Amino acid sequence: MTTQSTLPVAPPTPVINMGAWIKKNLFDGWFNSLLTVGIGLAFFNIAIGFIQWITTQAKWDVIPANLPLFMVGRFPASQYWRTWIIAAIVITLGGLTWGMLTLSKEPEGNHQIGFDRNTLIGIGILAFVVVFLPLDPNSKMFILGLICLGLGGCFLGRLGVRKVSNIGTLIGVGWLVSFLVNLWLLSGGFGLQTVGTDLWNGLLLTVFMASISITLSFPLGIIFALGRQSSLPVVKFFSVAYIEIFRGLPLVGILFAAQVMLPLILPGDWRIDRVVRAIAGLTIFTSAYLAEAIRGGLQAIPKGQGEAANALGLNTPLSLYLIVMPQALRAVIPALMNLFLSLFKDTSLLAVVGLVELTGISRNILANPVFLGRFAEVYLFVGMIYLVCCSLMSQASKQLEVNLGVGKR
Amino acid sequence: MSTTKVPTKVPLWRDDRFWKITFQILAIITVLVIADFFLFNLRLNMAKRGSLFGFDFLGSQASFDIGEYLIPFQSQDAYGRAFLVGVLNSLKVMIIGVILTTILGVSVGIARFSNNWLVQKTVSTYVDLFRNTPILLQLLFWYFAVFSNLPKIENQIAVLGSFYISNRGLALPWLGDSPTAWSSLLGLIALAIAAFFVWQQRIKIMVEQGASGQNLLLVLLGMGVVALILFIFGLQWTFPVFTAGNKLNGGLSLSAEYCSLLLGLVFYTGAFVSEIVRAGIQSVAKGQWEAAKALGLNSGILMRLVIFPQALRVMIPPLTSEYLNLCKNSSLAIAIAYPDVYAVSSTILNQTGRAIEIVLMIMATYLLINLIIALAMNFLNSSVQIKER
Amino acid sequence: MRKNHLLLAIVPIFASLAACSATVNTTTPAGTAASPGGKDAASAPGKSRLDTVISRGKLTCGVSGDLPGFSFVDQTGKYSGLDVDFCRALAAALFNDPEKVEYRNLTSKERFEVLKAGDVDLLSRNSTWTTGRDTGLGLEFVATMFYDGQGMMVNKTAGITKLEDLAGKSVCVETGTTTELNLADQMRKLNIDYKPLVFENGDATYAAYAQGRCEGVTSDRSQLAGRRTTLPKPEDHQVLEVVMSKEPLAPVVVNNDSRWADVVKWTVFTLTNADELGITAANVDEKLKSTDPVIKRFLGVEGTLGKDMGLPNDFTVKIIKAVGNYGEVYERNVGTGSKINLPRGINKLWNDGGLMYSPPFR
Repeated sequence: MTTQSTLPVAPPTPVINMGAWIKKNLFDGWFNSLLTVGIGLAFFNIAIGFIQWITTQAKWDVIPANLPLFMVGRFPASQYWRTWIIAAIVITLGGLTWGMLTLSKEPEGNHQIGFDRNTLIGIGILAFVVVFLPLDPNSKMFILGLICLGLGGCFLGRLGVRKVSNIGTLIGVGWLVSFLVNLWLLSGGFGLQTVGTDLWNGLLLTVFMASISITLSFPLGIIFALGRQSSLPVVKFFSVAYIEIFRGLPLVGILFAAQVMLPLILPGDWRIDRVVRAIAGLTIFTSAYLAEAIRGGLQAIPKGQGEAANALGLNTPLSLYLIVMPQALRAVIPALMNLFLSLFKDTSLLAVVGLVELTGISRNILANPVFLGRFAEVYLFVGMIYLVCCSLMSQASKQLEVNLGVGKR
Repeated sequence: MSTTKVPTKVPLWRDDRFWKITFQILAIITVLVIADFFLFNLRLNMAKRGSLFGFDFLGSQASFDIGEYLIPFQSQDAYGRAFLVGVLNSLKVMIIGVILTTILGVSVGIARFSNNWLVQKTVSTYVDLFRNTPILLQLLFWYFAVFSNLPKIENQIAVLGSFYISNRGLALPWLGDSPTAWSSLLGLIALAIAAFFVWQQRIKIMVEQGASGQNLLLVLLGMGVVALILFIFGLQWTFPVFTAGNKLNGGLSLSAEYCSLLLGLVFYTGAFVSEIVRAGIQSVAKGQWEAAKALGLNSGILMRLVIFPQALRVMIPPLTSEYLNLCKNSSLAIAIAYPDVYAVSSTILNQTGRAIEIVLMIMATYLLINLIIALAMNFLNSSVQIKER
Repeated sequence: MRKNHLLLAIVPIFASLAACSATVNTTTPAGTAASPGGKDAASAPGKSRLDTVISRGKLTCGVSGDLPGFSFVDQTGKYSGLDVDFCRALAAALFNDPEKVEYRNLTSKERFEVLKAGDVDLLSRNSTWTTGRDTGLGLEFVATMFYDGQGMMVNKTAGITKLEDLAGKSVCVETGTTTELNLADQMRKLNIDYKPLVFENGDATYAAYAQGRCEGVTSDRSQLAGRRTTLPKPEDHQVLEVVMSKEPLAPVVVNNDSRWADVVKWTVFTLTNADELGITAANVDEKLKSTDPVIKRFLGVEGTLGKDMGLPNDFTVKIIKAVGNYGEVYERNVGTGSKINLPRGINKLWNDGGLMYSPPFR
């Protein structure tokens, strides 16, 4: 009779030290070892070359010399206080929205009013970088002030969710009002010096165009998505035609057509500004993609919802408004954030149709004989700006998904 | 006894069908009103400017030269031919771009699942970097900061004695242009198809009859040898040779504009495709991985036979959008001096002033390409769907 | 309530349309000042661009913005150049204030479309006067401001000294210009096999040339001279002596508006005539006291030449005080007083061996 030990044998303890980790992850088998060595060498060479170039050969003075141009372009320097106010308004409202959205009722979401460790570290790094930017002390103080405004807004937003019941509506109204105020501050009139749309350049124009286009394309996108799903053949035909045509054309083509054809198809007396034409082009393009994304959300709603709404006696418009759209929109938030991200990047194409936003102003800066040939420095810097903005937005969207319980209910 | 009430006729304004019809009529009227408004203004404005609508300008002499052309083009040729040259240039970028993007995207997507930490980190850095910067910026960077800084033609870099890199572009060895070369190419393609069928047959008899499959393996080896001979000798490779004055004889010359456009588009779209591939692979149930490992399949066969076919179902619709995006982004060639269809049309527009006609032509071209790719991918899509009974 | 919800879908369509028309009035800055959206009045019978501009109080000038010597905007936003000075002269004639101009940077690709759409009042953008443009595009070229010719700038270090050396090489050129067409014609005539690289804006063209991507760049000779000063090593580059075409540069306005075209045209002739009569910015006040009837008529002391055009009668005085005469404008921007140092050549006066000739002011 064999006697087995009656003591349960413990599983082998994993060895958690550096050596074991390296062996498992980097040198697991001959192929992986080869890959590690190859990539390691290549990476090392490239990194050394890059760091050498950055510190010795690259001439970075083109960036600090032109920082105002990158940010606001040829906006008159005497009116910079207006752009600071716009930034302050946007950041405060942004902070409030961030706060409101990050205090969630989901079990996995965030529940604390204060900031967690990672956020605090990130803010610390940001403040550190700002202090060392090559700017005049006034600007640095303003930027630090803006950061404080943002954080304060976030804090207030979270408090607001707990205390005020319809904080969402309030903040929504706040955005609407701020939009009009910002427009007034940007263009002037009614007491302020007018600044032509030609002088809205740089990052200012990029953010402006992206936000307006996404806002305007929302209603259009919803209409066409619903139209495509509709059982009415005429409506379905028009929606499908619109969506397929404008999804199939390149954005450059649409923008160019908007610049060239809009003056032709509108009465000669209507002077449409160049910026407005570009917004029309961007909006039409985005609404076609938005319609497809929302259609995905509409398709994800179980048929039972529609049937239950019918059983309750709700007619089509009511059931759309009360039952279907809220669920559909929530389901496609990842796709919507993706669209906003690509819209933000696509504003760079405005440079090809003559509007001078961030990419366009970098081309102008490179034309200056003093900074001839600094392509790599300028494009790397502009690429960094886009990278930072887009990464922030995708982080925010991931956080939003968790907080709204997307995909969990 | 219940008294059944005779149902009163539903009043018109509560009848759903009435509202449906009214709504559609309203929609048609709205669209017609808007279209009429636009067309009326269009006619008015065009009359004011004195321009007419018509495609007859396509027969007039172009009077400008195009830098690269797949079909011979001279400045005396017509505008129509110039447009065709532009279309062919665009197709050259799109077709090669789609092939290279697929290869890059799939490799990078699969590499994401490697258990080598360094590989994983490299791949995720690549994807994050290239997805979050605009394509125009990347194209400008490739052209002005990379290709323009390559050495001039006098000091060009030679790789393996036959590939030359300079700031003018790449020079590669290429197939000859003789009947022998073309028939060898056809022969190679025929051999490839035949080898595919022989391979299928071999697997079939090994599975069904338990045969060793040696004979068919020998046949395949023989085919391989023939293919090798054809490849080396039949195709009549020409190598780039630089004469005095740096003129290029033989070989294929790819301009710096073409290379930067192609590389920029491939790296940008490849990052998106790799994310799609990753999502596709992740959509396959974990049980499939575990079952395959339990059966003893190693990771190569596991990926090829079990995971990837199932992932393909989820991947194909978003992949279609990415291919379409690649084709549409190729219109940015105008920023880096590559004469694609948009750039050539823009020149024609400047010289003739015929805005409407040219916009319509560009729209038609892109929509047609769009349609072809969507149809092809739809066909592929339906062929990989689960065949349910 | 149900009907309201039905309109839910249609309302946004009309709202977008309404927003379009609303933005015409709200997005474009309110007030008469600096409104790039003035009414496009060139077509309405009896109403000329001249009236629009005068009531607006500001001139909108389409320029290039990236061409040293003609229209160049520096880092601080200050514009300078020959074309810019012309706009200033026109503004001085209209408003007695050469600074009442709004400049719009336009690429060669979009300049004519923008002018036709009415977004700018005129183009002072080194545009060549050709039959095709004058008759086929609905534009009006008023009077030649600068007689130029197309040339070729080459890189001396590449060993190129004449056009034939460009065989097998690349030439950078800007899209949408007569240069593209002339280059093709000339190279075809001389049977030179070259490769054109067509860029969509001037900066990219010269950047590629400076990087060495192409061995030659072609454009108007004045433009080449101007751009040469901005290259890292100007001594390595040479503008060849060859003149490939005639390039008379003139300001452009839209067709069918004679009152506006006349004002622009006679501003050009004012500058030339002042040069011919020897009137400069410095001595114009003294010349006002002259007894020469030709000068008196020209300066508006006698006659109603200015008023008949719709301008103040002494508009020529205002112009000369603001920018000087043609010679001064030339020397300051592209001549001996500038880095470009282009000799006047055929831009001298007609009685000095050149082509600048003004019809008499009477």
